[in-house]
Amino acid sequence: MTGAVGSACLVIGLLTAIYATIAAVVGAVTGRRELVTSARRAVYCLAGLLTIAMVMLESAYLRSDFSYKLVAQNSSTDTPTFYKFTAMWSSQEGSLLLWVFLLSVYSSVVLLLTRRRLREIVPWATAVLGAVATFFLSLMVIFGQEPFARLASPPAQGNGLEPLLRHPAMMIHPPMLYSGYVGFSIPFAFAIGALIVRRTDADWIRSTRRFALIAWTFLGTGILLGALWSYSELGWGGYWGWDAVENAALIPWLLGTAFLHSVMVQEKRGMLKRWNASLIVATFTAALLGTFLVRSGVLSSIHAFGASTLGVPFLVFIGVVVCASVALIVSRLDSLRSEARLDSLLSREAFFLLNNLVLIALAVVIFWGTFFPIISEAVTGTKESVGPPFFDRVTVPLALVLVGLSGIGPLLTWRRVTAGTLRRGFLLPLAVAGVTLTVLLVFSDASRSLPSLAMFTLIAFVLAVVTQEVARGTSARRMIAGESWPGAFASLVTRNRRRYGGYLVHAGISVLFLGVAASSAFHTQRDVRLMPGQSTKVGAYTVTYRRPTGGIRNDRAGTGAPISLGAVLDFRKGNQHWTMRPSRNYYAATDGSGGAIGRFFSGESLSEIDVRWGLTRDVWTAITQPNLSKLSGPIRIANAKFGNAPAAQGLIVAALVARYVNYPVPIGFRMIVSPMIAWIWIGGAVVMLGALTALWPSPEARRRRATSLASARLGRELSRA
Amino acid sequence: MDPARKRKVRLVVALSAAVLLAGALVWTSFGEATQAKSPSQVLRAMPGRSYQVTGKVVPGSISRSGGLLHFRVRDRNGSASLPVVYTGVVPDPFRDGREVIVTGRMRGGSFVGERDSLVTKCPSKFQSQPGGKTL
Repeated sequence: MTGAVGSACLVIGLLTAIYATIAAVVGAVTGRRELVTSARRAVYCLAGLLTIAMVMLESAYLRSDFSYKLVAQNSSTDTPTFYKFTAMWSSQEGSLLLWVFLLSVYSSVVLLLTRRRLREIVPWATAVLGAVATFFLSLMVIFGQEPFARLASPPAQGNGLEPLLRHPAMMIHPPMLYSGYVGFSIPFAFAIGALIVRRTDADWIRSTRRFALIAWTFLGTGILLGALWSYSELGWGGYWGWDAVENAALIPWLLGTAFLHSVMVQEKRGMLKRWNASLIVATFTAALLGTFLVRSGVLSSIHAFGASTLGVPFLVFIGVVVCASVALIVSRLDSLRSEARLDSLLSREAFFLLNNLVLIALAVVIFWGTFFPIISEAVTGTKESVGPPFFDRVTVPLALVLVGLSGIGPLLTWRRVTAGTLRRGFLLPLAVAGVTLTVLLVFSDASRSLPSLAMFTLIAFVLAVVTQEVARGTSARRMIAGESWPGAFASLVTRNRRRYGGYLVHAGISVLFLGVAASSAFHTQRDVRLMPGQSTKVGAYTVTYRRPTGGIRNDRAGTGAPISLGAVLDFRKGNQHWTMRPSRNYYAATDGSGGAIGRFFSGESLSEIDVRWGLTRDVWTAITQPNLSKLSGPIRIANAKFGNAPAAQGLIVAALVARYVNYPVPIGFRMIVSPMIAWIWIGGAVVMLGALTALWPSPEARRRRATSLASARLGRELSRA
Repeated sequence: MDPARKRKVRLVVALSAAVLLAGALVWTSFGEATQAKSPSQVLRAMPGRSYQVTGKVVPGSISRSGGLLHFRVRDRNGSASLPVVYTGVVPDPFRDGREVIVTGRMRGGSFVGERDSLVTKCPSKFQSQPGGKTL
């Protein structure tokens, strides 16, 4: 029943999206407002239909109804409820549904907000959004990615959610990432609308800037959650591996960052119009490419979940988007002329342009490296790939320049900078940076890594700039309004949310890079095999492997794993002393390997790492080489003796786990001491806070909206009277 | 200098900087790249040169001794298998029959993987359909 409703919602949704597209285009061409209104309402209707479809699919997951192919594929009755709920987006069909659902919600909100504005642009923007929705719905309805597909003979138990994905960050990460990808379709649609009707002033930017910022925030948060997952779930101890899919998410984020900066130049000075239009097209294309790469299997990556049939329609769609947008921009080049010229290279707009170039250079080199296997195969005939060393080499200098620019930008004024402004702005931050550099050179061994040393100095500069600007603003406000320090600070920020939100983002990015630079250059890593009682050194710590542990159905992380085999490690440094308990979870094999008893140990085996978090350093431990050699004999005997005694299985498994604990063998550990790595997550949180500050409606805007609503109501009542 | 000329100079400078950087990028990437090969190609390839090999782990070939991991990989469709010696972190999904990618070079008849270069692709189990046909 729910399946029929869900499928019907998708089919009707497809028809609704097609209708919205056509009605909007016809309405725009003929000037019939009622058709445009109808198209807008069709988009609301689409959001409603897709909400029902989402609810239907989620309810099938929560009921564990294995007659649904998707539910049987990536859920099971013993999957914890939270993971049942989120298992939907681990499947290709489910994630497509999520994509188009988010698109319909975003579209409804933006069309609701602009229903009385931008009369020329909105119909075309509606058509673009309708067309994108049509494409994604047709993938599900026509190209066989049906989320509600049923199985003729439902299995008694499902596959369960892939154990690697059983981590809270990994479950919130996909919707965040998708909210980011999808969000960029809003400014894209309005840019296309503005180009079609040649309304190339900054109106389309003002109406969608907030959406671009929301998309940027979601995408950034999603990327960071992915990094956090990698650090705390994958047993290698890193947070970023320059994997194809990580890169695919980073590229639209970098382009989106460039866009958020360069649109300010168009708003303030009427410049960079062609640039902004091209940039949002590039950002949206990169977002589509990001969605596509995760699922395509084009590039080898840990994320490549096997080849899929989506490739051709997706590539055709991306091709159409790129060709049509480029043709449109070229045909509108004359209306995209700049209203002003660059007055001076020492001006805020010039530095925004510079920051844009660096961000785009970053996006281009990452794109180049990611797609290098395809590029090199086309050029030389052999598939070659570049690894993390390549990415590190090309991105580190660009990142350094970028952090430096994020400090310089806020100090420059529009049009041109006077020598006085320069002196007033740069003196203190440069002094702070100089002192930091000296202190680091004299009192620390930071000079071992020159890029890190440069980064620390630049970070000090940026943080000093932000602090100085906030302090100056607050004290000016205090003088003018006679407020207290906190009061002056609060009203300064509320009155200039965009500006100070932006400063906070700059500070957050600096803090994040502090964590990156410190942890990547100065971490200590040990891979070591230990017997219980043996000790080793990691950095300044002495580590002793005390004893093995074994547990049945008591995994601390709540993954629902049947068996956990772990270790107790003692850490000691001076009179500091603590224990850590890394472990491995064993999931029973479902393909019949290992025999009746052995299958409990021969399925997926995943590392559950243990981290001692700290502001100055993290201590990270994992069991990287488990050792079940002492169990293989007993398992063979148990398979033969108790293979067909299901009632005894629990006891036998418990006995095997007890044997593992009582007869210890050497196992391999990885231990890492990473200085200041926590500041990556703290910096990320600060960035988010800054973005929220910039997003929050200012009191003036709220008042403006209230008065405009009131006058509209008055107008309606007057016309009725 | 008149403004038009100044702009032209700026444009030329910017473009040549871009061309230089692009050239550097192409040079670095082709210089640092490792060729991707299948196990049977590596068996016939030059020893000493670095390759990235993608193949399936031959069931029953995994063994550990000390900190070393030994296993064999074969082509997706093929039987010739390449012995691999590897140190470093083994990704969790690493098992018999899984598709893996490892970077390294041939040394004394076996393929010596670079430390921590082993990547395991996600299992196909979550793609195949458990019993029954799609309606």
